[in-house]
Amino acid sequence: MYGNDFSAPDDATGGGLLGEVEAAEAELRAAAARQRRGGPAPDEDLATYFTAVVDAEQKIEPRDWMPDAYRKTLIRQIAQHAHSEIIGMQPEGNWISRAPSLKRKAILLAKVQDEAGHGLYLYAAAETLGISRDELVRLLLDGRQKYSSIFNYPTLTWADMGAIGWLVDGAAIVNQVPLCRCSYGPYARAMIRVCKEESFHQRQGYEILHTLAHGTPAQQAMAQDAVDRWWYPSLAMFGPPDGNSTHSAQSMAWKIKRFSNDDLRQRFVDMCVQQAEVLGLRIPDEDLRWNEERQAYDYTQPDYDELMRVISGDGPCNRERMARRRAAHAEGAWVREAATAYAAKRAGQKEKVAA
Amino acid sequence: MNGPFDFTLALGDDALIAAQRLAEWTTRAPEMEEDIALANIALDQLGAARLLLSYAGELEGAGRDEDALAYLRDDRQFRNVLLVELPNGDFAVTMAKLFFLAAYQLPLYTALAGCADERLAAIGAKARKESAYHLDHGALWVKRLGDGTEESHRRMQAAVDQVWPYTHELFTADLAAPVDPATLRSAFDETVGPVLAEATLTRPESRWSPAGGRTGVHTEHLSYLLAEMQVLHRAHPGAKW
Repeated sequence: MYGNDFSAPDDATGGGLLGEVEAAEAELRAAAARQRRGGPAPDEDLATYFTAVVDAEQKIEPRDWMPDAYRKTLIRQIAQHAHSEIIGMQPEGNWISRAPSLKRKAILLAKVQDEAGHGLYLYAAAETLGISRDELVRLLLDGRQKYSSIFNYPTLTWADMGAIGWLVDGAAIVNQVPLCRCSYGPYARAMIRVCKEESFHQRQGYEILHTLAHGTPAQQAMAQDAVDRWWYPSLAMFGPPDGNSTHSAQSMAWKIKRFSNDDLRQRFVDMCVQQAEVLGLRIPDEDLRWNEERQAYDYTQPDYDELMRVISGDGPCNRERMARRRAAHAEGAWVREAATAYAAKRAGQKEKVAA
Repeated sequence: MNGPFDFTLALGDDALIAAQRLAEWTTRAPEMEEDIALANIALDQLGAARLLLSYAGELEGAGRDEDALAYLRDDRQFRNVLLVELPNGDFAVTMAKLFFLAAYQLPLYTALAGCADERLAAIGAKARKESAYHLDHGALWVKRLGDGTEESHRRMQAAVDQVWPYTHELFTADLAAPVDPATLRSAFDETVGPVLAEATLTRPESRWSPAGGRTGVHTEHLSYLLAEMQVLHRAHPGAKW
């Protein structure tokens, strides 16, 4: 009964993106059906074979040879994505106890639970590259791997649940839909499932804002304030401008990445403008206007210095987010040890019975 | 208690407060899989609470819906047992609470599924399947922790000792209710006894049996829980969410 028991006020929200996810899924199935050419010929160079598979829009699978840098890039990217899902539970988890209706409480709790599920699913995808979840968690806890900077902003009002769904999940989907066509099979398949669920989350967020924007004056103000605070950090989610992005060119060649940061950011802005109008909320950008020549909106760039500060650890909530994760890990140690000890005793008993 | 309204309200309050406590674990569980499991159980309890409170509102006939009952009553008007409002404590305390609650809710909902009130029967039929899973999950952790390491054994025994006295209130006789809770005691004992034994835990002998939840006399903890749960809803009277 929880999850989607509301009517969508407007089907324009993310509908096109979900269509793209479905197209990517169909493509994935078609690629699997056509099958790859057999493995590399006995005298064929492995690197040549790898490139041929990628160029033919076929998928690289865990058993295949791949360049070390490709493997490392994927591990870093998938792990960061997994960490983001896990840390991302915190800002929204912050409002579960105070959700203003039981229906909203159920939807939010289910959403945060979905994020934990995405995290586990992505850690499993990373594990196919030859690294364990324990190692990845350790890298996160030691601060050696990052998570999305957006989760270092605080959730101050209930309307932030709407703004996160609409803008943050919206930006995440725009970022992730192309990953459904990623050259690495396990990641592409994981992203299809994740994107489908994210699109529900985005609709739920949009619906929260829609209700608030059509509610009491205090609710309307709360909704506008949330959009004002989340707009630019959401734009920053696409990363630094193309000129400054370190990983982009090689990832494009490997078909891990399909569009540049700036292309995706533009796409997100264009998508949001129309939706904001339906919501009756203002995007906090005086210079936002349609550019006939470019057939796209001109908009103000986010503050990339702020983005760099937040990434480097000095956002409003970096310390608290990490402290919470470390505390959960440390305080749970005795429980995990007990589970291991219990399992070992059971295994011992079974052996005795078998003997 | 007095008739189907009070009974339904009491069960709804049990489920709601249990959900609120379990949801506190979100992002804090000892492992990621457990975060998902606890959220799952919280969602089950919340789902049952919504059905029960909605029906209670209909039985009362005063126009109160699930949210009016959840958000606009004070602690003295809540009818949940004390067990569910106790703070989470460490993971062992939470598992003791979960295990005992499920060992009570499973026979309760099972009996309810066969009662004459069709609405309650339908709710019982749905919720008993969920309770069976909660019981499995709680029992497994009680065994793992009880028969795990020295530290986990110590913590699990302490948790059982702490929570056990609050189980007696679950079985306070109520002859007017669709299901008399006193009739559930033997099923509870038959479930709990073997699990505690397998977990190498001792069933406490304490004769202390705190009660009062069913008449609205709670522990000091409930008022804080409600203050947090209700704060936003009450700050915007009449608003829709």
